[in-house]
Amino acid sequence: MNFIFADNYLDETKVKMSPMREGAGLGLAELGALHADVIVVGADTLESCRAHHFTEKFPDRTIQVGVAEQNLIGVCAGLAYEGKVPFGITYAPFLIGRAWEPIRTTIAYPSNHVILLASHAGIATGTDGPTHQMTEDIALTACLPGFTVLAPCDHEQARLAVKAAYDLKGPVYIRCAREATPVFTTPETPFVVGKVQILREGTDATVIGHGYMTYRLLQIAEELKELSIEVINVHTIKPLDIETIVASAKKTGKVFVAEDHNIVGGLGSIIASALAEHVPVPVKSHGVYDIFTESGSAKDLWGKYGLDTEGTKKALLDFLQK
Amino acid sequence: MSTIVTEKEIQQLQLTANTIRQTIIRMLMDAGAGHTAGPLGMADIFTALYFHELKHDPKNPSWSERDRVILSNGHICPVRYAAMYHAGYQIQKEELSTFRKIDSRLEGHPAFHRLPGVETSSGPLGEGLSEACGFAFAAKMDHKPHHIWCLASDGEHAEGMTWEAVMLAAKYKLDNLCVIIDRNYIQIDGFTEDVMPLDLGVSLADKYKAFGWNVLEIGGHDFADILGAFEKAKSAKGKPTCIVARTTPGKGVDFMENNYKWHGVPPNKTQAEEALAQLARIEDALRRE
Repeated sequence: MNFIFADNYLDETKVKMSPMREGAGLGLAELGALHADVIVVGADTLESCRAHHFTEKFPDRTIQVGVAEQNLIGVCAGLAYEGKVPFGITYAPFLIGRAWEPIRTTIAYPSNHVILLASHAGIATGTDGPTHQMTEDIALTACLPGFTVLAPCDHEQARLAVKAAYDLKGPVYIRCAREATPVFTTPETPFVVGKVQILREGTDATVIGHGYMTYRLLQIAEELKELSIEVINVHTIKPLDIETIVASAKKTGKVFVAEDHNIVGGLGSIIASALAEHVPVPVKSHGVYDIFTESGSAKDLWGKYGLDTEGTKKALLDFLQK
Repeated sequence: MSTIVTEKEIQQLQLTANTIRQTIIRMLMDAGAGHTAGPLGMADIFTALYFHELKHDPKNPSWSERDRVILSNGHICPVRYAAMYHAGYQIQKEELSTFRKIDSRLEGHPAFHRLPGVETSSGPLGEGLSEACGFAFAAKMDHKPHHIWCLASDGEHAEGMTWEAVMLAAKYKLDNLCVIIDRNYIQIDGFTEDVMPLDLGVSLADKYKAFGWNVLEIGGHDFADILGAFEKAKSAKGKPTCIVARTTPGKGVDFMENNYKWHGVPPNKTQAEEALAQLARIEDALRRE
């Protein structure tokens, strides 16, 4: 399936900007209209997570637990045991961080089909500061047996991820960023859970991203015309499409992973351990370098901590020159 | 309360509970590990549920109309396994001695995916009431009349998650939900009122009342009391019900009763033989009545 880009997607003056959480909320409302067993369970952040698109239409299928994330998880588990398809929704640090052991025991262990949908993943959360910037959520979910972990790259992909999650089995985590980011895919862009997307073919290096960082990598590959860069979007972090990544690594011999997540336990570390087994090539993880950052606009944080296009390009060039 | 059950029926329930206690002792002795005080203390309530109250079909444990039993404090699972076995669930007699052993369906803490009839996996404390709320919401949404019985310990009320669920159940008027608290005043490190008091300020029962629940306080070994409370719980409208059941941990074995050191250890062979002898004497006395 060929990837379909939005028109003029590389032109920052023309590309549409919208947060992933908005796409996720719209996808949720579509699902609610299609399936009577979809339930939303929220913890006082429903509108902020854009779940109001669902809750305003389906108040009888909305459960508001208040500021109580552990309870949110347990309620979702109970609903799933009864065959409902609950979406547990709040900010990533609270949903995944605060409630991790209930997630492990009541959702992962019995393999309950609960979809955990989070906003506020990564430092893109911005001015709220590190308490609200979740940079450990991939590590915490990917280590749980049976979990599907989705990290959509933009608004449209978040919408498709939410809709696709309904048809999966077992627990699912979908991470969305708070900040508006470029919408470079379209409603017609293919989305298959478990398959990575090769956005651009190349032979000199494989660069891999998830979330909005994939857009940065496309910009960088376009700028560095002297290099032939293969760009891969990994919207499904688990189960990881390692075959395609291994094939690309064999071809290019170098793998660079960029993500808004701690480099410890993020996609980069997951790929590095898989490649070490199959095709041991140099791997560079570029992300949040095992620190807590600070308050600031997303733009300022990206600049200071090297996750903007310039900082990411510099990290890639440093890696390639080694 | 005697109107809902005859003396003869009560005697039969007492005998069943005694049998379940003997099974529990044998399971724990064979396993060489596990929790003793809680299962013995809750044998009467499990008997009242599985042999009188529940709408269930042991041969078809996933029957959609069944009442749900959510065991929050999973560590007392020997009493659930024993009650299910004696009630006719598909557990073989020899399987009882595999409790906690490799390849057994009788996990040390209940595993939903391994044993049909176990509604949830549980073990980490304070989570069952939240799950029970989820079950209760699902029943309400589907207009199903079955009841959700959540069994919880007193010690696990130190978990904040439990109180999150207490607020939620009252907010949404989950009157198809009843939590039965095993108020035995012990936990693994000692007496509840020493480890983390639940009656400080106001009693645990009054705490539930303050949160908007329908609250009943009963003797947890008095079948007339237990069955009467079940009826009241089912007829309550607009509020979830909390039954605070005063129980004796280790009930039926004198050297185990009210001794918190029996919370998390099994009897050795000698202790088990003595426990079984004591339970057999109680059984004989019941039969002579």
